[in-house]
Amino acid sequence: MSEQPQNFKVTIDNISIEVPPGTTILNAARMIGGDVTPPAMCYYSKLKNSGGKCRTCLVEVSKGSEKDPRPMPKLVASCRTTVMDGMEVKNITSEKVVDARKGVVEFLLLNHPLDCPVCDQAGECDLQNLSYEHGTEATRYEFKRRTFEKEDIGPYISLHMNRCIMCFRCVFTADQLTERREHGILDRGDHAQISTLLGTALENDFIGNVIDVCPVGALTDKTFRFKNRVWFTKPVDAHRDCPTCSGKARLWMRGEEVFRVTARKDQWGEVEEWICNDCRFHKKEASDWVVEGPSNIPRSSVISQGHYAGNVGTAETPVLIDKVIGKQPKITLDIHSISDVNRPEIELSRIEGPAHSDDFKKK
Amino acid sequence: MAVKLLLANDHVEGIRYYDTYRKHGGYTTAEKAFKMSPADIVEEVKKSGLRGRGGAGFPTGMKWSFLAKPEGVPRHLVCNADESEPGTFKDRYLMEFHPHLFIEGLLISSYALGSNATYIYIRGEYAWIPDILEQAIAEAKNHGWLGKNILGSGFDCEIYVHRGAGAYICGEETALIESLEGKRGNPRLKPPFPAIQGVWMRPTVVNNVETLAAVVPIIAMGGDEYAKIGVGRSTGTKLLSVCGNVNKPGVYEIDMTCSVEEFIYSDEYCGGIPKGRKLKACIPGGSSVPIVPANLLLKTAKGETRYMNYESLSDGGFATGTMMGSGGFIVLDDAQCVVRHTMTLARFYTHESCGQCSPCREGTGWMYKILKNIEYGKGKMSDIDLLWDIQRRIEGNTICPLGDAAAWPVAAAIRHFRDEFEWHVLNPDESQKRNYGLAHYADPIHVPAGA
Repeated sequence: MSEQPQNFKVTIDNISIEVPPGTTILNAARMIGGDVTPPAMCYYSKLKNSGGKCRTCLVEVSKGSEKDPRPMPKLVASCRTTVMDGMEVKNITSEKVVDARKGVVEFLLLNHPLDCPVCDQAGECDLQNLSYEHGTEATRYEFKRRTFEKEDIGPYISLHMNRCIMCFRCVFTADQLTERREHGILDRGDHAQISTLLGTALENDFIGNVIDVCPVGALTDKTFRFKNRVWFTKPVDAHRDCPTCSGKARLWMRGEEVFRVTARKDQWGEVEEWICNDCRFHKKEASDWVVEGPSNIPRSSVISQGHYAGNVGTAETPVLIDKVIGKQPKITLDIHSISDVNRPEIELSRIEGPAHSDDFKKK
Repeated sequence: MAVKLLLANDHVEGIRYYDTYRKHGGYTTAEKAFKMSPADIVEEVKKSGLRGRGGAGFPTGMKWSFLAKPEGVPRHLVCNADESEPGTFKDRYLMEFHPHLFIEGLLISSYALGSNATYIYIRGEYAWIPDILEQAIAEAKNHGWLGKNILGSGFDCEIYVHRGAGAYICGEETALIESLEGKRGNPRLKPPFPAIQGVWMRPTVVNNVETLAAVVPIIAMGGDEYAKIGVGRSTGTKLLSVCGNVNKPGVYEIDMTCSVEEFIYSDEYCGGIPKGRKLKACIPGGSSVPIVPANLLLKTAKGETRYMNYESLSDGGFATGTMMGSGGFIVLDDAQCVVRHTMTLARFYTHESCGQCSPCREGTGWMYKILKNIEYGKGKMSDIDLLWDIQRRIEGNTICPLGDAAAWPVAAAIRHFRDEFEWHVLNPDESQKRNYGLAHYADPIHVPAGA
């Protein structure tokens, strides 16, 4: 009777792992890590009932279980499907999955304004990462993009409904973290929008966390808005004695100035511990915090680009990009092959200091 | 003469009132059912081979036997009267003219499933029907058919009518449950299935109006007797609501043995195509099922006669066949434009998508915009392939079947009527002047690309 429940053996892209019963395919893949982990735009392990909506984490189940080896007829959302013993899952090894995921990325970007150059989320945006990783070069959409009227939802949080991908994370956050949810989904179909009833401001003590859970730039921090780019600021872990929350936060600093305070996120971009509005919006002095040390952000490579550890950029310590980022950067576009403006014989990295017009003079 | 079970007393004046219904043998089946045990009733329904009449055609007896029965947890029966599929209006007819037959079916099913509180979720657009149902429920209650200790059996049952707010998506069973609970009508992810966790996390069975009404003749005549009507796994009778270009549109009860040709052209049913026009295409089961051209409708790809039943209509899969669906039989004659028709359907699905999962939310609107361009003479040849690609990426990748329902009509229209789309693209001016495309689909020579 006192037997421990037997672990389930699941094979994802030919890599086997044993996980406890009740684990979802996505979480099993996260235990393996690396490329076999399906991307997730709406699933959030800390929020109950989240997931299943964005369809980016679709996988093919080629063998249901040891007992019932039939494959599942459709692609399944890995974030909400629990593993069975002997299950075999195909993620990147399945053409169907790769194709479906390309389609989902195209659908997600269909009405997205692509205003990354003016978006505060740029650099730490899940949708950016997703489209680099799984998207196509161009959209086939030729119509006017859908837009929404701007809505003011209070002094601290700015809502850009045009950028929203309807992941429902902020709704679950407000449901599960605060006493009373003041925002929700209005309308349906492609005009469904995050909104508040009668323009109420979001004022709960913990509502600032919706900024952290938002995978895109739909919900951003008004106190940080347009002040700086995330890759110019340096993230450090810090803590303070807070009467309402754990006080463990991440400061985004430039010099001695604290530009932004967010919760600490793990390697899947999920908040480790929720922080309160007071810590997030009002404690913007370095003296408010006890700095622990630089944060390691393996996820959004662009943030680590301008990293400060070890005097990056000087001749003594060359930039080892693969060590800083943790993986080889991908060249998405070789500009020399399509442009006459940049001349391949001029190697920019050979030029000392910033490039000048003199460097490009024809000899 | 075909067998009539549900509409047997259709000609009786005032059958919607209790006294008349009782005089014509109403509620005698309920008396019989209360002498049986609930398990026996489920067994009879299983034996009858009754398949869900809402569209999917899932065996009802099997659905009932899946219902979890944990101790101390109430179970519920929910009737899906949110009949929003374009072209389908059979449940409306049943509820409007035979409310007592429907309530008797609900009562027997509630007894069989042990549901003390049974709900009818009716669509908001049927504004006048809740009054009819509530009146019928009150009459039944006054005569002791509802309430506490029915017929001294110790079984309590109340039936509540719940009005929806007019969303197509709430006809999907989990969205219906969410809506019934008072939430936004978004479909839930399955599993858990409603039979385990449905309304208020209690075991729930969701059935269509016609399915529940069919329980009455099943119990009256016995499951084996019922199974003798019809062919193969398509047992019993089915209501079909016919609309479009036929002489006699309306609701018909068929016993699934007549051929499609007989159904369209015989005077007993639709009575042929008006104004001497030819049959071009047909959607045999409500707007979501694939459209088929005339030659594939009357005969299967193998050259056999197609009959009006679940198996025969879906013969050949989606390449050359279609589905029985919910029974919304839409007939198009050779003056109808398939492009325009497909655009209308795409507009409907765009409007009714709940916006929860991305392929359906974004894809349906995209398909509608492209179809609008083609219809109004602004289309490109590449748009047709693009449409095909979009529907392919929506189908099967969504939470609920609305994505499939939006993708199938577009897929079938392109599969069978591709040259009509091309004609629209190549002749933009002419397609504006006369609102129909090519008319040769009625000829038997046409061989579709998917065959």
